[in-house]
This record gives sequence, C-alpha cells and structure tokens, in this order.
Amino acid sequence: MPDQSAQKKSRRVDFRGGGFAPKSRRWTGAIVFALIIIAAEVGTQTGFVSALTLPKPSDVLETFQDLYSSGLLWKHLGLSLSRLAIGAALGASIGVSVGILIGLFSYIRAGLVPLVAAIFPIPKIALLPLFVIWFGIDEGSKYALIAFGTFTPTVVATYGAVDNVDRTLIRMGQSFGLSWLSIVRKIVLPGAMPGILSGLRISLAIAIILLVAAEMLGAEFGIGAYILEAGSLYDLERLFAGVVILSLLGVLVSAIITVIERRLLGWRT
Amino acid sequence: MKLHLNKIDHRYGDMAVLQGIDLEIPSGRIVCLVGPSGCGKSTLLRIIGGLERPTGGEVLQMGEPSSDCLNPLTYIFQDFALLPWRSVEGNISLVIEDHGIRGAQARAIIDDVLARTKLTDFAKALPKQLSGGMKQRVAIARALAVNPAVMLMDEPLSALDSQTRELLMDDLIALWTRTPFTAVYVTHNLAEAVRLGHSIVVLSRRPGRIREIVHLDKPLAERSFGDADLEAQQKHLWTLMRDEARAADAELLDA
Repeated sequence: MPDQSAQKKSRRVDFRGGGFAPKSRRWTGAIVFALIIIAAEVGTQTGFVSALTLPKPSDVLETFQDLYSSGLLWKHLGLSLSRLAIGAALGASIGVSVGILIGLFSYIRAGLVPLVAAIFPIPKIALLPLFVIWFGIDEGSKYALIAFGTFTPTVVATYGAVDNVDRTLIRMGQSFGLSWLSIVRKIVLPGAMPGILSGLRISLAIAIILLVAAEMLGAEFGIGAYILEAGSLYDLERLFAGVVILSLLGVLVSAIITVIERRLLGWRT
Repeated sequence: MKLHLNKIDHRYGDMAVLQGIDLEIPSGRIVCLVGPSGCGKSTLLRIIGGLERPTGGEVLQMGEPSSDCLNPLTYIFQDFALLPWRSVEGNISLVIEDHGIRGAQARAIIDDVLARTKLTDFAKALPKQLSGGMKQRVAIARALAVNPAVMLMDEPLSALDSQTRELLMDDLIALWTRTPFTAVYVTHNLAEAVRLGHSIVVLSRRPGRIREIVHLDKPLAERSFGDADLEAQQKHLWTLMRDEARAADAELLDA
C-alpha cells in the first residue's frame, strides 16, 4: 500500500539553518596570537627561519625589557601618546562638529562635502613639509598632521551617521514642539552616536599611522623615531619591539572605544 | 478647542492625494479616518498637526486650548517613535523639559501619566525591554503628559498583534471615559473604527475625498468586542470601501 511505504520511509528533517551569526568566542584571538608567536620562536630557535628573516620573539622581549629598564620606553611612549592624544582629540572634535554641521545644514553640506572628498585621498604625510612651515618643526606640525588625518574620516562618518538618524524621531520631536537645539542635542546627537563611534575606530587607527609617520620624518624621541633608528641600523629586535608597541597601542585604543560604546550605546538592541 | 478643516487639497507633484476635505473635529469626540491604502489619510493627519503643508486650504483651531496644555496638537505614531536611549520616564520627560518643567512638577506629571497608563513599574525600563503594546502605552503616556487639546493618532495599534490591540483599545476607552479627549484616529482597521469612533469618516481612494461620515451614538464604554450592532456598522463600512479598496490595490504606483 502506498500509505504504508510512505510511512516506512520516514526520515528526520535535517537542520540547515545554522551559521551566519557571529558569536563572541573569548580567547580565540589571544590563542591565534600565541600560536603565531610560538611558531616564530620555534622556527628561529631551530634555525628553520634565519635570524635575518625574523628576530626571535624571546630576543624582542629582551629588547623590550632593556627599553623598559633604561627608562627610554616612557620617554618614547610618553611623547608619542601626548602627540596622539592632542592631535587625535583636535581632529576628532573638529571632525565631529563639522560633520554635524554638514548633516544639519544643506548649504554647508553642498559647500564642504566636495572639499572633504578632495582632501580625503591626499596622503597627509605628503603635506608634512608644508605643516612644518606652517606650524613649526617641533610638536605643532605633528599635532597638525595627526589632526588633519583624523579629521576627514571623522567628518565623513559623522555626517553619514547624522543622515541615518531615524527621521520619525525628529518628526516626533517637532510634533511635540521641541526647540531646534533640543532636537539636535537630544535626538540627533545620541542617534548619530553609534556611527560616530565606529568612525572614530577608523580615525584613531589612522591617527596612529600618522603619528609614526610624523615621528619618522622629524623627531628625536617617540615610537616612530625609535623604529626608524632601529630600521636604519637593521636592528630587527628593536624594530619589532617598536612595532609591537604600536600594535598594543592599536588594541588599547580599540578597547577604549569598545568600553565607551558599551557605556553609551547600551540602549541598542 | 475644536478643529475645522477648510477645503484641504494636497498633491505630490502631479498626483492629487487629497481633494476638498471639509471636516469638523468636535471637542471631546473621537473622529476616525478610514479609507483604502494610499488614500491620503495619514497625509491628512500630518496636515492637521502641521507636519505637512497642504497645497490648498487650511486647518483652523477654533477656540483656545486650556491653559495647562503644553502642546495642543499631539501625535501618537504607528511606530511609537520612542527614543531608544531614554528610559520610559526619560521619554516622557523629553517632551515636558522643553517647556521648562523640571523637578517636582515634572515628577508629578510623569507619575500621573505612568499611573494612568499602568506603567508605574516600568519607569526605569528602556524601550528595547518592552513589548510593542508597552511601547505604545509609553507613547500614549508621553502624549498625555503635554495635556493635548487634540490627539492625532496615526494607526496607533497597527504595529501590534490582535490580542494586544484589544487590550490597548480597552485602555483607550477607559482613558477617554475618565477624561474625554478630542482625537483624530487614522486606521485601516474597521473594527477599531467602530469601537473607538464617535464618527467615522470614510475616504475614497486616491485622490482622497470624503465619501461618507457615519455617526455612532452608542457610548464608547458600552461597546465591546463582537457587538452585533457594531458588526453591522463594520459591514456597512466595508461595503462602502470594498470596491475602492480593490481598485486601490490594483493601482500601479508611479513613485
């Protein structure tokens, strides 16, 4: 009977709906780092990788310790951090303000968006000589370079974020008779915050890149200067120690933004 | 305060959306606007509250709103329009803090509207923690906080499931029975219209014109789910609208 044979051939429906949903997997990132470092250590110890190709991670660590105990670490790092902080703060705050103005006013948008598009692709490092003339050979030109480099991506991210603020919320504000300033402060700004923060993530990474570039071109101290000096002496251990500091700096900045996001954007679903 | 709509015309480019709408919104009554989709009923509501400028005609406020009214024409939106970064009480405080009401006075208003909408226990919750029905209760509480002369409700229950809709309808009726308010209630749901409307304005399909105004005399508090006379009214409305709705559904959109 067809009925019975149909019943006999019963088969469980296979699950096919998994994947495409990133989950938080703690420590996986750390394990990847550890594996790469261990592989490099084993490779250099056994001679499989020659000392000229890659320094031993343990030697890099030793160099790092020397740097720390000689006190030079804080000299380099302190200068670099203050340059980064001042430059990025300048660039990001001006960038956020200009981005909000572009998002709010049509004339400012029409006037400034092409200008921003024109200066965005300029490699800011190329302008360092100009900044040296404008702002002086010492700290001023470095601040300006970092600020300028953080400014453009921040502007673009900010006005995009303002554009993406839910218009129904703005209409709601208007329908309750909220003042223009209240709408900007209480609806547009918080609504744009997710986009602004994810823009800052990119801007600050660019700021670190420019920090090193600025220090390579004219600084006695700073991580960039340290790396440049190591590189010209072909001192790979010191070069890598410097690069590791930069990576850690990047991770730190990104972690700080994550903390800010958690505090400010807890309302997101 | 009552509203008078005087020969409202509206067009988007070449497309006429509303034509010659003349309507009185009497004080203390709920006027439902129904019509097939795309007939311009939501546009009309936006025009009434000043969120859109009509191509022709005008909306007149007759008489003064009461002195404690902070925002005479107050909307309740279909998608709630709550600020997701503010708690329930923060969302209510948003609309009164701009009027300089702070501190104890604000507290009193917030506590009062939360109690009236049965939200007292949820004052600190964020919108993301609330169900759709709760969110719309918050929006109703927010609207009550400014003591509106006219509530403009744009399909307030359309985003909710049918059980929640019944519950909220009962809440709205209870609110109105305690203190009658004036409201324009846009909906495509005829069951809502016959439950909540003192009069029901049937609009034709685009361009929207007033086809018929149905008056229901039965007091709101006595209406309930599945009443035979309401069903009959609903049927009458549906016969009025069916052909229009079908034609509107088959229309191509040149948008």
